[in-house]
Amino acid sequence: MSGGASTTTAEPGPVPPVYRTEDLAVFYGSFKAVRDVNLEIRQNEITAFIGPSGCGKSTVLRCFNRMNDLIESARVEGRLTYHGVDLYDRAVNPVEVRRRIGMVFQKPNPFPKSIYENIAYGPRLAGLARKGPEMDEIVENSLRAAALWDEVKDRLKASAFGLSGGQQQRLCIARALAVGPEVLLMDEPCSALDPIATGRIEDLMQQIKQDYTIIIVTHNMQQAARVSDHCAFFTTEVSEESDTRTGVLVEFDATQQMFSNPSDERTENYVTGRFG
Amino acid sequence: MALVDSDLTRDLVRARIQGRQSDAAGAAFKGILVACLVTVLAALVALLISVAPAGLDVFSTRGLSDFLLRPFSVRPDKAGVYQGTVGTVTSAVLVAVIAFPMGVAAAVYLEEYASDNWFTRLVNLVIRNLAGVPAIVYGLLGFALFVNGPFSSLTGGTTLLSTGLTLAILVLPIVVITSAEAIRAVPASLREGGYGVGATRWEVTRTLVLPNAMGGMLTGTILALARALGEAAPLFFMGAKTSIFSGGDWFDLRGDFTALPMIISDWSTRPATKWNGNTQAAILVTLVLVLGINTVGIVLRNHFDKKR
Repeated sequence: MSGGASTTTAEPGPVPPVYRTEDLAVFYGSFKAVRDVNLEIRQNEITAFIGPSGCGKSTVLRCFNRMNDLIESARVEGRLTYHGVDLYDRAVNPVEVRRRIGMVFQKPNPFPKSIYENIAYGPRLAGLARKGPEMDEIVENSLRAAALWDEVKDRLKASAFGLSGGQQQRLCIARALAVGPEVLLMDEPCSALDPIATGRIEDLMQQIKQDYTIIIVTHNMQQAARVSDHCAFFTTEVSEESDTRTGVLVEFDATQQMFSNPSDERTENYVTGRFG
Repeated sequence: MALVDSDLTRDLVRARIQGRQSDAAGAAFKGILVACLVTVLAALVALLISVAPAGLDVFSTRGLSDFLLRPFSVRPDKAGVYQGTVGTVTSAVLVAVIAFPMGVAAAVYLEEYASDNWFTRLVNLVIRNLAGVPAIVYGLLGFALFVNGPFSSLTGGTTLLSTGLTLAILVLPIVVITSAEAIRAVPASLREGGYGVGATRWEVTRTLVLPNAMGGMLTGTILALARALGEAAPLFFMGAKTSIFSGGDWFDLRGDFTALPMIISDWSTRPATKWNGNTQAAILVTLVLVLGINTVGIVLRNHFDKKR
């Protein structure tokens, strides 16, 4: 894994992007939730989606592994490509997509199973291993990758609900990593955690970004500034004719650039704390 | 000065927070709740008081096993509820085996697979209404379908198999409703976790949704089952026997049969006082049986809830 891990320029790098969106818009029924999303996600980078509540950042994130399919009324317009393949092509199987593109949710959502079984769940369904030493290895490696192994190695058979909130969230990261994804989507992964647990998750993201491409949705601007290489700022616009709010991508740039010298006034107002 | 101030503050605060406000509405509400509970319990106690003495008298003079293990007889002091107990327990097993998988499957389809449109909403409404249809109507339906209808060659007509199938149809709406509610109670975040690691809909349903809804689904089914077993109305159409017959043994699905509610219904209309005692005794047996089935339900629910 080499490439533009530390690149912070906005110009297209030598490595083709993992994702590219072209005028992506998402609807819930007739309601347009977010529109005009044009961005590129680079390999081995952390890209942050920031913006006020209801601006559509989570909605966009949930397109990236077809999680929006679970909402019956959700519909996507425009183009979203993953390594050049249209993710919303009819021939694409969302289950295969989600195996390659893992997801961590806002609230830690471990399964009501043991710590071991939480990790083994995905690999077993994917047919990577059934049990025994092979599975033990996957479980150990995943827990090590999520910096949780030392804390739980003596109680793998204990219920995952016995872990603290921060540990549960790292377990969920380990669970996502266990199926060997390339991309990790994180939907406000620290919003339910205290600052210490948040710090550990952020450290972990820095450690694993050499192996994974990470997209994180966050309400916390400091977090976006700390962890991300690129940043996308979304906001809401009120439509004049229908009086509905629609999310819109305002600016997408290198994080440093965005926080020090934003090109859009709305971005500046947001990152300097004047609204949102 | 400061000391005086803080003393004053303390006294003021104490006066404020130590006062006891009267809460008449709250007390009245609590009173109504307790009164309702007492009424419910009183009904049960009244039932037991009216039934227990005569029934227990039969058990003590004849011996419990004599009453439980004897078949029908024309003599009240020789008549037992063996065939009825066998029929009721066997039909319970039949109903559980037929209605539980079908009801759960229907609930899984409605909750996890079907899209939310006017058709599924209509189906949901119809199921809710079916749950309120009187048992005697289901008895007629069972008669038309299983006793005298297209499936009579399969069931053998007036048999336990017909009874089991009819009672299964009777409890199906309740099983579907309670199972759907148990499935709906499984948090969406759990499903998302499964889909997030690449599970298919079937895998999420099988490994996450069903195990977590199992306790609720079993409880609903068993409560419905206990209710259905007490129904006498459908048994009239199923040809449950009220006089001496041969057979009625364990899992004799396609022979003559009877069941406890039928026995209670018949014996209670007989003039001789001895039949009266027998009726009370049969009611006690039915109550204990229903209590036993409910206990199984509670044990199963605790078992599945603990596994979570």
